Amino acid sequence: MTVSHNLDGAALDLELKGLIADVLGLDPEQAQTFGPETGLFGHLPELDSMAVAGLLTEMEDRLGIVIEDDDVDGEMLETYGGLRAFAEAKLGAR
Amino acid sequence: MISTWTPPAPEGTPAEAELLVAFDRGRDLRLLVCPAWFDEANKLRRFTLEVIRRLDRAGLDCLLPDLPGCNESLAPLPNQTLESWRAAMTAAAQGLRATHVLAIRAGALVAPPALPGWHYAAQSGPKLLRGMIRARTIAAREAGLAESSESLMALGRAEGLTLGGWAISAAMFAALENAEPALAPGQSDLAQSALGGPGLWLRAEPDEDARQADRLAARIVQSLAGGPA
Repeated sequence: MTVSHNLDGAALDLELKGLIADVLGLDPEQAQTFGPETGLFGHLPELDSMAVAGLLTEMEDRLGIVIEDDDVDGEMLETYGGLRAFAEAKLGAR
Repeated sequence: MISTWTPPAPEGTPAEAELLVAFDRGRDLRLLVCPAWFDEANKLRRFTLEVIRRLDRAGLDCLLPDLPGCNESLAPLPNQTLESWRAAMTAAAQGLRATHVLAIRAGALVAPPALPGWHYAAQSGPKLLRGMIRARTIAAREAGLAESSESLMALGRAEGLTLGGWAISAAMFAALENAEPALAPGQSDLAQSALGGPGLWLRAEPDEDARQADRLAARIVQSLAGGPA
């Protein structure tokens, strides 16, 4: 499951939205409509701490990054844009 | 369909029967199913049963025991260790006369090595702990408490730890930190990628997927017929 390729913006978008679709049980097309302001943790009742933990752990696997405790904050989890910006920063720092 | 088996009792205590779901028609092929653990067990329960129903129709007896301390088991979960679960699954395999094993996710950590079979999307101990610790730190942060993964890991090793509502003993915790699924002779991996969809343990809510259940059952039947898993 681990991928080590370099993700450009569009590929990262596809990967992240696909992952959220997997967690929420959405059709991939539905997740493609997510925008930067689409609310995640705190907006979607099914996205509880256990589901978010699963999401982050899967992100580590699929994007080949390591997410530390201190990385996880409200801003990063609140919207799709926040999560994407976080992933971009992590990938850029590798 | 609901039946019982008896795991080895700790010294000085009477042996207590545990429950299992059994599709037992006295056939030659008898598949022990080692379930996923903890939260993943809930997410995958229906999927597991759906796979079992398909295998039953394909001619296999299927035996799904509870891990002691989980599901319907009355055994105290904090008394369980990786070794006691391994011994329990081995006892289930012998008591139920299993000929094969299907281990699901972390179930691969306790699959009896004497049985041929399959590890579906095997999960390692460190990854299992990492996910559960992370869920706890996120929940703590939401509640305005500061808990670090490092301090929780130290606490888990020293005293045991409750993660996601599951009371994990210090012995279980320490063993999981180094537990990797290992394929015994005659066992092979069945990766999630073979099922053509995302793993159902990822879902925020328990769900099912008939096509994935079809594919997992078909891979097992094909493997039994001499094909690749």
